[in-house]
Amino acid sequence: MSTTVTAEGNRRDFLYIATGAVGAVGAVLSVWPFVHQMNPDASVLALASVDVDLDKIAEGQSVTIKWRGNPVFVRHRTPKEIADAKAASLDDLKDPVARNANLADNAPATDENRVVGGKEQYLIQLGVCTHLGCVPLGEQGPYHGWFCPCHGSVYDTAGRIRQGPAPENLHIPKYKYIADTRIRIG
Amino acid sequence: MSGHSSYEFKNPVARWLDSRLPILSVARAQALDFPTPKNLNYWWTFGGILAVMLVIQIVTGIVLVMHFTPEASMAFDSTEHIMRDVNYGWLLRYMHSNGASMFFLAVYIHIFRGIYYGSHKAPREVLWMLGVIILLVMMATAFMGYVLPWGQMSFWAAKVITNLFSAIPFFGETIVTWLWGGFSVGNPTLQRFFSLHYLLPFVLAALVFLHIWALHVPGNNNPTGVEVKSGQDTVPFHPYYTMKDLFAIVAFLFVYALLVFFLPNLLGEAINYVPANPLQTPTHIVPEWYFLPYYAILRSIPNKLLGVIAMFSSILLLFVLPWLDTSKVRSGTYRPIFKQFFWLLVIDAIILGIVGANPPEGSWIIVGRITTFWYFFTFLIIFPLLGLLETPRPLPSSISDAVLSKKKTPESAAAPAE
Repeated sequence: MSTTVTAEGNRRDFLYIATGAVGAVGAVLSVWPFVHQMNPDASVLALASVDVDLDKIAEGQSVTIKWRGNPVFVRHRTPKEIADAKAASLDDLKDPVARNANLADNAPATDENRVVGGKEQYLIQLGVCTHLGCVPLGEQGPYHGWFCPCHGSVYDTAGRIRQGPAPENLHIPKYKYIADTRIRIG
Repeated sequence: MSGHSSYEFKNPVARWLDSRLPILSVARAQALDFPTPKNLNYWWTFGGILAVMLVIQIVTGIVLVMHFTPEASMAFDSTEHIMRDVNYGWLLRYMHSNGASMFFLAVYIHIFRGIYYGSHKAPREVLWMLGVIILLVMMATAFMGYVLPWGQMSFWAAKVITNLFSAIPFFGETIVTWLWGGFSVGNPTLQRFFSLHYLLPFVLAALVFLHIWALHVPGNNNPTGVEVKSGQDTVPFHPYYTMKDLFAIVAFLFVYALLVFFLPNLLGEAINYVPANPLQTPTHIVPEWYFLPYYAILRSIPNKLLGVIAMFSSILLLFVLPWLDTSKVRSGTYRPIFKQFFWLLVIDAIILGIVGANPPEGSWIIVGRITTFWYFFTFLIIFPLLGLLETPRPLPSSISDAVLSKKKTPESAAAPAE
């Protein structure tokens, strides 16, 4: 500990700098409420879960559920759609991970990882294009999965991105089976 | 050139006020007596036109707010209420919505005029950069205003444009959720857009004040690009340019009135008269015409992040234009090769707009990529190189010289402006 006294640094300078620093930190901290007020509020967060009965959805039929302001696609897939999705090689996929909130972040994008085992006819995913957020149209496009009309992204029958500008597979929200044919999203 | 005039006010009240706050003498020096090059053509009147458009937008906007409800379940209905029930509501809304289009038309002409005549060059770089900031704030204001009627196109424009920020690595999703105030565009988004749409025009007014201040330090550029050398080169702003601007403003308002009274929905999208539906995207979504070229650039690049970067760069490039255009000669009138590339750039921007209006399929993708490439190539390669390689035509020794010689040789008179 050296105690060199210079002409510039004295007690008063220290007080000036300390006062200024406290003021600056306080000013920055006081910005936080003004920033955070824009984040989702309690009433938005309260709309966190929704239940869906799957037995009302016939094979080949899709329903769209509104969950947290976004569409959720619930599709009862045909055996052909499942077979097509299983047949795709992982090497042909633009996005190699499942984007399934119920699995690990790095789970590979196999058809099995896009659904729940034993319930693979039910594909549940967010109907929000991962490009710029439009709602893709079902049973369209070269893979007969989903096609986004905005910028031409093409998804297959497992909701995986195959062509176009979207970077990721359609996201799969957190959901669980609360009965044999009843799920709770969120 | 600027500074206080030495005028002594005769009226004692005026003299009393002016000696305490020199607002009258500053107004006199800057708005009436301000020495202005005597050769400004009609392309220079768009500054005044823009000031009038800003005032029209603020006045119509303030009265529209007296009848509009910025809440997701009522925004669409209250817009229709303005159209059907409010006295002259249809007129005020059509003035406001078409006013935005006319505002952008004028600002694009104003910007291209600046590029052609080298108005961005020293000593007017700060003036130019303030102008680019004004353009960006205008774009944000127009975008948020378009969302307020809460029709289908409003909703999906909001969703797509805010989603551009999701391209930001790591924080993208967090930022977008913060912008929305939810997990999708919804009522919180509408309310904050309304708040900002009301605020930003006043920010614009403040920026315009700075823009004019920065203009009044060096004074106006002019079609020859030659600086003012003596009092012979200038005339007082009033009455010469107040009247010239006024004439152009009236002509411009004729076109505006044509849109408002006869073709009020020409530039809009019919689908925006369908209330917003978060579960269904319209089959063909397009932005307003004034955003189409940027939209074309966004879609021309197959990678999401790079597309967003290219789109923003296309405007941010304008900030550095004063240093990209290396020619010592300001005015395009005396730059035979620059002139041709300038008009190619104008055509390029128009084609980009047409590409943006069409679906991203087939040959539109190729045309979009070529024109996007050409846009950046012009700014980044051609403008810097031209300044070094091009041989400009001889400049007139002064503005007066140029004006007088024009009278003597009619064949050189056709050169500038068009």
